[in-house]
Amino acid sequence: MSTTTDSKVRIQLEDFSVTDEIEAMKKVSRNIGGITTFLGTGRELSKGENITKLNFEHYPKMAEKKLEEIREKSIKDHGIIDMSIIHRIGPIDIGENIVLIVAVGEHRKETFVACEWAIAELKRTTPIWKRETTSNGEVWVQDTP
Amino acid sequence: MITLKYFASLRSIAEKEEDSLDFENPITIDQLSDIISKTTPKMGEMIREKKVLISVNQEMASIDTIIHDGDEVAFLPPFSGGTK
Repeated sequence: MSTTTDSKVRIQLEDFSVTDEIEAMKKVSRNIGGITTFLGTGRELSKGENITKLNFEHYPKMAEKKLEEIREKSIKDHGIIDMSIIHRIGPIDIGENIVLIVAVGEHRKETFVACEWAIAELKRTTPIWKRETTSNGEVWVQDTP
Repeated sequence: MITLKYFASLRSIAEKEEDSLDFENPITIDQLSDIISKTTPKMGEMIREKKVLISVNQEMASIDTIIHDGDEVAFLPPFSGGTK
């Protein structure tokens, strides 16, 4: 399901190690002065309901393509050195890792901006969907119409 | 022949994950939605009301996008990946 672990853009079933991914990005350049990470995790409450299960589905190839576009645009437009984006799919328990974005740059400022832009753009443009299970049943989350 | 793919909540509306369609000449998304409406009126309505995103060969499409033989058309609900 996932591309090689060396790939900076991955969609995978398996959990990832935040520490390992940061260490991998540190090796990209000796000129890295700042690293910003965003880690999305499964939370228990959604609109007042207790979530018992999460499941993520994606459109293979298109989702990876969109994440790669986000990575390239982050580097080009925000002046960072590099970025990695990892998104899990399949069943995910409450508290588990879902998505990780690591932005590395010479200085902290551009990494903060790039990281925030990337997660917002991921939610806006990437064909990945979340299904929540609560006591009322299953529902596909739709953030924007 | 074109391949039609449905994702997430649209699979239960379309009652399928994938389908195929034979046609002779290139058609637009608008014309495709008319064809789909005949078998799945709810899906056709959602396409016309722009409640569904559409991609052709994994690129986002508009109502005027031309679909050719061999293309893959995907019907996508609004995205909800990442986390809030």
